[in-house]
Amino acid sequence: MGDPQVFATQYYQAGADELLYIDSVASLYQRNNLHDIVRRTVEHIFIPVTAGGGIRSVEDVRQLLRVGADKVAINTAAIHHPQLITEVSRTFGSQCMVLSIQAKQIGKEHWEAYTDGGREHSGKDVVEWAKTAEKLGAGEILLTSIDKEGTRTGFDIELVKAVATSVSIPVIASGGMGNMGHLFDVIKQGTADAVAMASVLHYKSCNFPMIRQAAIAENVPVRHLRMDSSS
Amino acid sequence: MNPIVTVIDYGVGNLLSVTRAFTYCGAEVILTDDPSIIRDAARLVLPGVGAFADGMFSLQQRKLVDVIQLFAKTERPLLGICLGMQMLMDSSEEFGFHQGLGLISGKVIEIPKVGQNGVPHKIPHIGWNLLQKPVHQPDWQDSLLTGVTLGSASYFVHSFMAMPDKQQHRFADTNYNGQIIPAVIRSGNIYGCQFHPEKSGEVGLQIIKNFLML
Repeated sequence: MGDPQVFATQYYQAGADELLYIDSVASLYQRNNLHDIVRRTVEHIFIPVTAGGGIRSVEDVRQLLRVGADKVAINTAAIHHPQLITEVSRTFGSQCMVLSIQAKQIGKEHWEAYTDGGREHSGKDVVEWAKTAEKLGAGEILLTSIDKEGTRTGFDIELVKAVATSVSIPVIASGGMGNMGHLFDVIKQGTADAVAMASVLHYKSCNFPMIRQAAIAENVPVRHLRMDSSS
Repeated sequence: MNPIVTVIDYGVGNLLSVTRAFTYCGAEVILTDDPSIIRDAARLVLPGVGAFADGMFSLQQRKLVDVIQLFAKTERPLLGICLGMQMLMDSSEEFGFHQGLGLISGKVIEIPKVGQNGVPHKIPHIGWNLLQKPVHQPDWQDSLLTGVTLGSASYFVHSFMAMPDKQQHRFADTNYNGQIIPAVIRSGNIYGCQFHPEKSGEVGLQIIKNFLML
């Protein structure tokens, strides 16, 4: 795709509210070079940064925070060792501990959590897992639909709604955004607290001024930025 | 000469982003827990995330409580951020009753779990929210909020809020589903920010620059 540093700076300047760095296959390949990327990219970025991928321990988290991440997103290791959620949350605060869930639909209104970049079963029901993680100390949930990710056909609204209405911590919807309508559907019908988008931005089908203008028209709360009034 | 800012490093949370933001705004940053350096600081930042009791305990362990209280009397600029703001108050109800620094009278209380519209909302209050003026319409000119326009968004993450006893100490509020939350408090040159200016984009950087000019 290109240099993450260039994307990060562009998105920060264009008005992204938060940056997510996810090395989605890190657990699969047992690699952990995320902190090099974070260190290089966040120096002049003054919005929250969440990093995830291959995090296995409190020490991994500490290293990421030390190079400039504000929060970490953990999936695989949290499923294998749920107490890691509690340890991270106790050590750094729950605001730091984002539980990443990779959800695959396995029946009507029924989703299973997957690990290792969406490749391995966990046997865990997504909604139950979200509730458990909240009790263990997760501060936010990054919820990705494996079925929708990369399709650009819209979010899995039912999934987002099922999770967002079952927990009292914020849920970030991820996976499937192809156009602006999808964004408003997942916020209004899916009751998502926030929305993550990647390829729709990377390939420039949407940009931040477009999104903010449309959001204001749709009565969805977004940041007002100086550049909006001047454009 | 670059303005010098002393950031209290008392072992609570990650100070990298605070340091980077001040450096980016042209300051020379001194990170320290040394009482004599803190006492003589030109301007002081009290950062912090985490629980109130842990934060106060860490200050006590380092013998910094008196030092900060004395510093505040000098009328040199002091900025508390997030937990650092909450510790400026008399006390907190977070996990029991705990004494604070007592620099601004009032206490730290839980954000009500239900918005004013009666609908339960998410706690912690995480995300971007807008700055507005409290009912007494304080003047933001020549202050920490110089040049910050009404409705500017800043980044919050907290479950408790600092509630000053006196209306006049409220300098900016935010509205979370109808629940009014103090966003900036002020008494003279003592300021507290509930949000994170170091994570609030251009608005936050403006606030940091303003602090360096106080």
